[in-house]
Amino acid sequence: MSLLEVNNLTIAFGNKKVVDSISFSLDKGARIGLIGESGSGKSMTSLAIMGLLPDTATVSGSITFEGQELIGLSDRDHSRLRGNRIGMVFQEPLTALNPLMRIGKQIAGPLMIHKGQSLKAGLENALELCIKVGLPDPDRILRAYPHQLSGGQRQRIGLAIALACDPALLIADEPTTALDVTVQQEVLNLINTLVQEERSSLVFVTHDLPVVAAMTENVAVMQLGKIVENASVATLFHAPAHEYSRRLISAARSAEDSFSGKGAHQ
Amino acid sequence: MSQLVLETKDLSRTYKLAKGASGSGKALRHALIDLNISVNAGDRLGIVGESGSGKTTLVRLLLGLDTPTSGSVEFKGQTLVAGKMPWLRKEVQIVFQDPRSSLDPRMKISEIIREPLVCLGINEDHDARINEVLQSVGLEQAMRERYPHELSGGQRQRVAIARALAPRPTVLIADEPVSALDVLVRDQILELIAELTKNLGITLILVSHDLSVIARLCDRVIVMKDGVVVESGNTRQVFDNPTHAFTRALIAAIPRLPQSL
Repeated sequence: MSLLEVNNLTIAFGNKKVVDSISFSLDKGARIGLIGESGSGKSMTSLAIMGLLPDTATVSGSITFEGQELIGLSDRDHSRLRGNRIGMVFQEPLTALNPLMRIGKQIAGPLMIHKGQSLKAGLENALELCIKVGLPDPDRILRAYPHQLSGGQRQRIGLAIALACDPALLIADEPTTALDVTVQQEVLNLINTLVQEERSSLVFVTHDLPVVAAMTENVAVMQLGKIVENASVATLFHAPAHEYSRRLISAARSAEDSFSGKGAHQ
Repeated sequence: MSQLVLETKDLSRTYKLAKGASGSGKALRHALIDLNISVNAGDRLGIVGESGSGKTTLVRLLLGLDTPTSGSVEFKGQTLVAGKMPWLRKEVQIVFQDPRSSLDPRMKISEIIREPLVCLGINEDHDARINEVLQSVGLEQAMRERYPHELSGGQRQRVAIARALAPRPTVLIADEPVSALDVLVRDQILELIAELTKNLGITLILVSHDLSVIARLCDRVIVMKDGVVVESGNTRQVFDNPTHAFTRALIAAIPRLPQSL
């Protein structure tokens, strides 16, 4: 049985469908990339899985996770999964983290809420999580506030929080878009390693084709709320079936060619 | 030899950090250290670097919006004094990263483009000039009456380019002009900037963290790190044979597409 199954998911605001009858499934330990431009519905899809859609959204279809139907689930029940069975890393760690709370308490938070740990035990585990996500000087980091850390360090904290309760599913929504390219590489490597070690499944949302190619084995290409193509990375890049996928790939290739001097522009 | 337009001479900018950020006392942050660059008329210069490398500080100084801690910026031999040279804005214009925040949401497109013409006292038919620049960035006359929120991201960036070009500047600085745009729109906007600056003989200074953007538009590149230029030269030479370890690391870190069969 699949870990996550999305069937005919439709999300609308008023008359406007932002996600239009999409379906995909994810086995335990498998990875899928959601790729598309702004307005394609990729973030709305991940928010629906997390139960974080705004109240004004109308949702139909089905999302089952570990056999449980998530559509129509009360917020109370959904919150038992969030940060516990499903972890999420957001694009901008500066806004995802609480600016007024020390890092240690933010990492310990999910452990206290979901695992019933004391603050002391939570902080001890937070220290280990800091080491796991490759943060130097974890004692200092636990006492720091988000603004005292670099962008890369903050995103590592975001990852530590998402993984604190050993989730079965990690959703990463543009996790490296706000980072410098050398830092992006480190954070991507870290997500790769940790997801593998923890045997978590991964939903990776991005607009960046080369990034998704490095992270997942399957990719669903979204355009205007629909999945126009769902294929393995190899198939997508060598024989894209949909016209929109072809355009995305050729834009990425031409950027790469101009860099390597093949598409001489001058 | 082509004419020298912008030149920095041992340009340094140091910021005082607030107390407590890293221990006691006032810490200093050296955003730019003894920078010497020169830009000739018609140049297409790329500036690349990561956050904190000093790119934005340099842009602010080149625009005459900030005062150097030491050293100077000269425009055609004249030393810039921040806030004292209103004529400079006629010569050096800028396109910002995110047109959603760089365009006034309460102004119509025609008013947005008219503003620099009025403020800089440009002595020509403003309406005709607005139509002209709208056309050159590929927007229809009907756009004149629209507001920024009614436009797509790509159209908004076209308006920002039209506004920058309206006073007929000698230098256009584009600070990450496509990072806020969708992948398929980026190409069009880059193409537009390349074409317009070339056809109008405008000197281009393009700031980006994206090496492929620089490679596409610029003949010359400087690579910045921690406030200094670590490498500079012909774009192709620098990218094909980087000599500095940081340039090599930057290039190696770019995620690649799987090779075609």
